[in-house]
Amino acid sequence: MRAGLRTYWRLLVAGFRQQSTYRLAALGGLIANATFGFLKVAVLFATVRAAGGQLNGYDQASMSAYIWLSQGLLGSVNLHGRSDIADRIKDGQIAIDFLRPLDVQGASVVTEVGKALFALIPRGIPSVLLGVVFVGMSMPSTPLPYVLGLLSVILGITIGCTSVYLVATAGFWMIETRGVQVLYMIVSGFLAGLFVPISLFPTWLRVLAEATPFPSMMMYPIDVLSGRADTFESLQLVGLQVFWLALTGLVGHSLTSAGRQKLEVQGG
Amino acid sequence: MVDLLTREAGGTTRGRLAPYTAVLASRMRAQRSYRANFRIDLGSSILIGFIELAEVWVLFHNVHSLGGVTFIQVLLVFGIADFCFSLADLAFGHCDNLPTYLRAGTLDVFYLRPQPLLLQLIASDISLKRLTRAAVGLTCIVIALIANDIDWSVAKVGLLALSVVSGIGVCSAMFVWAAGLQFFLINGAEMTNAFVYGGRYAATQPAAVWTRPLKVVFGFFFPMAFIAYLPVLQLLDLPGPEWLPSWLGWCTPVAAIWSWAMALIFWRWGVRHYRGGGG
Repeated sequence: MRAGLRTYWRLLVAGFRQQSTYRLAALGGLIANATFGFLKVAVLFATVRAAGGQLNGYDQASMSAYIWLSQGLLGSVNLHGRSDIADRIKDGQIAIDFLRPLDVQGASVVTEVGKALFALIPRGIPSVLLGVVFVGMSMPSTPLPYVLGLLSVILGITIGCTSVYLVATAGFWMIETRGVQVLYMIVSGFLAGLFVPISLFPTWLRVLAEATPFPSMMMYPIDVLSGRADTFESLQLVGLQVFWLALTGLVGHSLTSAGRQKLEVQGG
Repeated sequence: MVDLLTREAGGTTRGRLAPYTAVLASRMRAQRSYRANFRIDLGSSILIGFIELAEVWVLFHNVHSLGGVTFIQVLLVFGIADFCFSLADLAFGHCDNLPTYLRAGTLDVFYLRPQPLLLQLIASDISLKRLTRAAVGLTCIVIALIANDIDWSVAKVGLLALSVVSGIGVCSAMFVWAAGLQFFLINGAEMTNAFVYGGRYAATQPAAVWTRPLKVVFGFFFPMAFIAYLPVLQLLDLPGPEWLPSWLGWCTPVAAIWSWAMALIFWRWGVRHYRGGGG
């Protein structure tokens, strides 16, 4: 068991390192994050002003925190639906992965989490700093939201990876999954609260969003980290995240077994 | 004799275009071959349009007007911008694949063929699903034109047509501009996404909400405000915000010329800079 865990740890580190080689890509990502961030500041600040300085509990300072935290998380939370494992399923290399003494789903998710965690360094932290320096934002002054927030961010990133893994498993049956991936990309960003916080949604749309795992990838970590949710609410949100992680993980596990059987029937 | 001449002339044009049409037709057939995927593709491209509209609508659901315009007014901005971008994406969106070709070294193949590089790149794929995107934009334009109180005149009809054509020009130029930069960036495509897709997002916004630096960047340098926002101000007889007077709505062709000049300069630099993939 200990040897097994060490393997997954190494995969996590490998994913982290792999990403560190793309420095220019990280800089490009940061520039894109910042550009979208300033555009979001313009339109969302105008909305708060038009509503009289206060909108569903957001003032400009807390809206700024939402904007820059969401831009910071964008490089790490997979809202585009692409993953390396999807390519391996498409070209059949997945058959080799099944022969290895490793859980295919576990290995894939852990590698992707490693990559995502790296992105926090060149993209996440600088995006938030840009917001602090150029726009200003309200952040909590006690340590607890940061501790819970860190946990919530890691959970959010992992839920992103387990959900994208589900998209990839569609490939066992569909071969070409780009359509599903694009569909995921469109729906996930909107419902995760990427452009507009979900508390500004009309009630029916908010209920719809909360019935999906998407808010737990980005909106909940932001609410916890920015102190918008108090301690009790934060614990509830983290609890919800654990639920979504378990659910997406379990569904991914059964889809993997079913896909493996399909491969074996086909003699792949 | 005349007949023979015209037929021959026609033959040569067709002959010259034949490689492009053959490639395009095969790409269209290829897209339809994975049927389930193709259907999902078409469905999701309509959904993209709706969700992008929903992102604008959700804000207006909370407040009556934003940057001096109401939802039904911004719908016209959104419609024109979305329509122009979708059509530009249909023709030039494939330039986005340049980084993949550069990394894999497969761009060298394009250099071997006796056709202009940019034309080959444009003709290497055409995404049918992008047509459904354009349909969403067009629907928004039609609804907004009916719902808004527009004091129609010949000049305004002309302005609308001029803006749409020039707007497609501006959006297309962004793709070529970005592609030209890829030769230098390699793997830094996200840097150009900032103005291609950030620009798309900017073009659908009421530019009155922008800060001064944003007005410089997306008002003039990448002239996204010219695609839809400024012409709509003219159409609806609305005053412009600071730095963006509404008469600029007539200047979208100037914005298109400026964008294409920059796009072609960067493209030429890029092509000259390229030293091959070592293939």
